[in-house]
Amino acid sequence: MDILFTGLLLGGTYALIAMGLNLQYGMARIMNLANGEFLVAGGFGAFWFFTAGQVSPLLTIFIVAPVAFAINWLIYVVFLRPLVKRAKSRGQLEVDAILTTFGLAFFLVGLTLAFFGGDYFSYSYLARPVTFIGETYALNRVVAFFAAVVICGGLWLWLTRTRAGMSIRAIAVAPDSARLVGIDVPRLSALAFALGGAVTAVGGALISTFLTLDASTGVLFTLKALIIVIMGGVGDVRGTVIAALMLGILETFVATLIDPGLTLAAAYLLFVAILLFRPQGLFGRRQA
Amino acid sequence: MMTTTEYRNLAIGAALFILAACLPFVGGAYLLTIGVTIAMYTVLATSWALFSGPTHYISLATAAFFGLGTYTTGLGFEHLDYWLLVPLAAILGAALAAIVGVATLRLSGVYFVIFTLGLAELIRQLVTWGQNVSGQKGLYVLTDLTEVHIYWQLLVLAALVYLTGWLIGRSRLGFALRIIGDDEEVARHSGINTARAKVLLFMVSGAAAAATGAILAPRYIYIEPALAFTPMLSFQVVIMALLGGTGRLWGPVVGVIPFTFLWEAISASFPNQTTLLLGLCFLAIVFILPKGFVGLLTTIRTRMNAREAFS
Repeated sequence: MDILFTGLLLGGTYALIAMGLNLQYGMARIMNLANGEFLVAGGFGAFWFFTAGQVSPLLTIFIVAPVAFAINWLIYVVFLRPLVKRAKSRGQLEVDAILTTFGLAFFLVGLTLAFFGGDYFSYSYLARPVTFIGETYALNRVVAFFAAVVICGGLWLWLTRTRAGMSIRAIAVAPDSARLVGIDVPRLSALAFALGGAVTAVGGALISTFLTLDASTGVLFTLKALIIVIMGGVGDVRGTVIAALMLGILETFVATLIDPGLTLAAAYLLFVAILLFRPQGLFGRRQA
Repeated sequence: MMTTTEYRNLAIGAALFILAACLPFVGGAYLLTIGVTIAMYTVLATSWALFSGPTHYISLATAAFFGLGTYTTGLGFEHLDYWLLVPLAAILGAALAAIVGVATLRLSGVYFVIFTLGLAELIRQLVTWGQNVSGQKGLYVLTDLTEVHIYWQLLVLAALVYLTGWLIGRSRLGFALRIIGDDEEVARHSGINTARAKVLLFMVSGAAAAATGAILAPRYIYIEPALAFTPMLSFQVVIMALLGGTGRLWGPVVGVIPFTFLWEAISASFPNQTTLLLGLCFLAIVFILPKGFVGLLTTIRTRMNAREAFS
């Protein structure tokens, strides 16, 4: 029971991070391997504000989100839009995007190392126990979970109920046809990419309340987010959430019962199972 | 069946190898160290490009195969004859590549990239866990092999890789791969078993990387998971191969040599900024040299020809 709930709480935050990546990969069609670095950056922002001014991470996200949005928008316009224009096929774009975002990821890690060093950073925020059905959980995990739920819900409403959200989903389904019905694909792709970056950074700020991060952990989170996105189905919000919860539970399970050093192995186990049995994602339809 | 140009190229290749093999007799210890590094990256980058060049599937698993190789030597050198270990590592590398390939290469390229990205880290976690359970820490590899032996072994391996690449290029498999690289859909429709072709070639690439790891293990003397499976290796190999250009068999080595010297200089003068500079190298390749030195040469040659035609 304990494992199940701890896993669910972790999975909620994972869902938020994976949503960010899904916006970037599913909607903006950019495989962003620097995603995890923005997560770490968000976490670092929360850490910095908390230690310098005792600002609650829940308030910091209102600063982190617009900053991450602006930076990601710039990255898209400066680095990625030329690639989108140059690419002759989706495959070509994927290769270029992977290499570019890799370069960016290394660059960001390098910058962090140069300015702040390679130390772990952690702080103690809301590290109080709360009791729920006879078991105790850390309050910060519960708070992060609920914040993630609120943001995910908001995103889902935005994607399904507003015109911009609907246009973005149209781009995810058929980028070429979307242009024909008067959707401004370049502008909305940039918007989706920037929004994805902002969501991930917020996820990072939330996750930093209960996990220790350092400059080089970004890539691990990128991997986990990618696995979640593939498992849930690219561009599928509902699948992403369920896949994230599954990963959270499985990871907690492996970490508590076998060895905490094997969390990536747990993620891979799910990944291989998905690749072998449902490569189109949990709710995806097999393509003809 | 071979044309005169092919005979000429073979002769040039053989002559270059003999020349390279003479390095230990003329150069000092420092040159030999550099030579080993260059030979190692030549094997890794060329075998990487054998697979990733024609298919455009970026493999980030070099470190996983390399680490597998070093651990084969590390665990086996007390029980088995040393000369058996390198082929054994190659077989293990090919087997690992086959498993990864069968799981991911039937699907789109992204799955493959993601899977290989975490593979080295996954195996590192598993090895670390195994060591925690068995209570063992690192491994000592104490042999009487010197730097010169390692260098020559790597050269032989490099020659094998080039020969394999050349033979593949002439075979039906090579032809099939070029079609896959151009348009996978077309390849499938013309009756090519695309998954089988990709898995086979990935196995060649994995075997070569594992053999390299096995050969280099004695150089490290002490091996531990963090060293054997360092993810940096995978990225450096990708950069070197792309810098040279993957369109030709001799492309990667053109990238390996300047990059090795550049990297030596960078690590010496900015030891704390290596990650940052590696990132900049990636960006530079994508935006400035998308086809590598080989592509640059081709562009220059076409331009020169065009100019000659006008004059």
